[in-house]
Amino acid sequence: MARSRDSQAPSNASGSRGRSARRTLEKCPTGIRGFDELTGGGLPRGRPSLVCGGPGCGKTLFALEFLVRGAVEHGEPGVFVSFEERPEDLQRNVASLGFDLAALSAEKRLVVDHVRVEPSEIEETGDYDLEGLFIRLGYAIDSIGARRVVLDTVESLFSGLGNMTILRAEIRRLFNWLKDRGVTAVITGERGEGALTRQGLEEYVSDCVILLDNRVAGEITTRRLRIVKYRGSTHEMNECPFLIEDAGFSIMPITSAGLNHTASYERVTSGIERLDTMLGGEGYYRGSSILVSGGAGTGKSTIAAHFAGATCRRGERCLYFAFEESQSQILRNMRSVGLDLMPFVKRGLLQFHAARPTFYGLEMHLAVIHRLVLQFDPSVVIVDPMTNLMQVAASARETMTMLIRLIDFLKTRGTTAFFTSLTSAGSASETSDSGVSSLTDTWLLVRNIEAGGERNRALYVLKSRGMAHSNRVREFILTSDGVKLVDVYTGPGGVLTGSARVNQEAADASAAAAQRDEFDERERGALRRHAALEAQIAALRVEIDDAESTLKRARSLELTRQKKANAVQKELATRRGSDGGEPTPARARKRNGSEERT
Amino acid sequence: MSDKRQPAGKRNGKAEWDLRLYVAGQSRRSLIALSNLKRLCDEHLPGEYHIEVIDLLQNPQLAAGDQILAIPTLVRKLPTPIKKIIGDLSDAERTLVGLDLRPRKEQPA
Repeated sequence: MARSRDSQAPSNASGSRGRSARRTLEKCPTGIRGFDELTGGGLPRGRPSLVCGGPGCGKTLFALEFLVRGAVEHGEPGVFVSFEERPEDLQRNVASLGFDLAALSAEKRLVVDHVRVEPSEIEETGDYDLEGLFIRLGYAIDSIGARRVVLDTVESLFSGLGNMTILRAEIRRLFNWLKDRGVTAVITGERGEGALTRQGLEEYVSDCVILLDNRVAGEITTRRLRIVKYRGSTHEMNECPFLIEDAGFSIMPITSAGLNHTASYERVTSGIERLDTMLGGEGYYRGSSILVSGGAGTGKSTIAAHFAGATCRRGERCLYFAFEESQSQILRNMRSVGLDLMPFVKRGLLQFHAARPTFYGLEMHLAVIHRLVLQFDPSVVIVDPMTNLMQVAASARETMTMLIRLIDFLKTRGTTAFFTSLTSAGSASETSDSGVSSLTDTWLLVRNIEAGGERNRALYVLKSRGMAHSNRVREFILTSDGVKLVDVYTGPGGVLTGSARVNQEAADASAAAAQRDEFDERERGALRRHAALEAQIAALRVEIDDAESTLKRARSLELTRQKKANAVQKELATRRGSDGGEPTPARARKRNGSEERT
Repeated sequence: MSDKRQPAGKRNGKAEWDLRLYVAGQSRRSLIALSNLKRLCDEHLPGEYHIEVIDLLQNPQLAAGDQILAIPTLVRKLPTPIKKIIGDLSDAERTLVGLDLRPRKEQPA
């Protein structure tokens, strides 16, 4: 696209009609959904392109949409030369697609010219050419300044006119003439045996050939488009499914994105508080893909609906594809778990698209999803359940490629994708989804645990890329106030859920209480003993004090006695006339004296 | 359109055959067709016809009305039903068959 835009400037400056071979190919946007992406900008500008295919494959519609979109969206008036259908029929046929040919004709944005060739009325009597057709076409182009031309189906001329040599030469001249006029032309052709078209028109149109196909597999029809040839341009080589719907064509590129999407760091809540906690505390990553798998009745849809509710509560849009239940059924069922989605539907934030999977083929479903996503531009897309889509797929490989495309498509848009997957009873849920699970970023598993005469739901986070998620099993309980996630009982008795868990929890509680009582008793005993010892210590201390005071008293008595004895000695010494300088004998005498006294 | 008329035969008499010849400019093929037509008409429909020559280069809008693709095309407007004969009318036999002046003997190839 960028290349073609670059080339536009010099082409305008030189004023030529874009016939220079040196210049990169300029492209003409068709406005047909998906086609311009497929071809990197549209059909080759100023050249004729061939659109061929079997009856009822949508050639006329493709051509007409190219013209109408050109006139309405790109300001390029167009001429539709119909060799088969009458303008009135054409108008009626496409009115249901929202194309108002009469109004466009009145506004001089479109001319529908019906060229009728009636073999029974015509006699050929010698040499002729198709200058009449050229004049008509030229007149129509000039009358509205047309930039686009459709010839549908020019091969009808072959059934009306007999001289093949003249016809072939004239058709070749016509295509060259269209090129010289610089109009972007679409020429339709009926598919022939062993060739793209019955009359070998592909020989004359060398720039771009598009093949439309209508195939039935397993009673389901799928339309496919393939670009057979696009000279001077890279293009999608694979067959791409397309859809003809209320709003015209919708083509889905097979390899839409690849792995070059940017990952968001933003987190969005799952709508279930405990689940957010399990997912690193913040919920899913925005723009990631989430898979919830589980058996029948495990509450997958409820998890999906909670996510839808949380999305709408933030004021974002959510698109909910329901392949099992109708909108009103989902709304009713979610009310029963305390989730009222009706206000979001009314505010236009939540849109349901309910359809039976067998309604059309897998590719068609995905094309529908594609189209609705582009229309509604939601931030979250829910497919519930995705496995029902697989039922209509012809092969597992087909399922995979389609899902890859869907996930890539949503990822490049930054849309959070939420899929539920029904795992069949008995099969190991880990294996049945392995193909899909590698495509998803977060994988939750809801499983029925059957024990003690009950089925209880348990939720696991099997994986969640790029976040620290819980490895615990949580019991998943649906209450009238919404979903609750409860810690399961894991103990010596194993993993218990439901009433077994409740029983076990009660038993645990009473055991704990008994243990607490016992401990309290022991504690009390210890305290008592402590107190007794304290009392004993106090009594001993009193005893020590007594002993000390007795000793003190004895000491003071002794001191007094010694003083007295000393005084007596001194007096004796004085009386004897001693000088009192002989303390030692005095002391010795004192001791002796005391011995004498005792 | 009326000024384009080239009455060849009775002007006010019973011109039962109303013929239109569509051409694009004064090409050699157109001139041959016109002279062939005149010759055949004078031979088989003396005084009962008139020919209108329409040049689509001058009046391109007239091409759609009679569903003209090929040039030259002769259209028999009257008598009904409308007949179209394309080519330079050099095949006199087929031109006469085309104008219903001679019964169709065999299916043309």
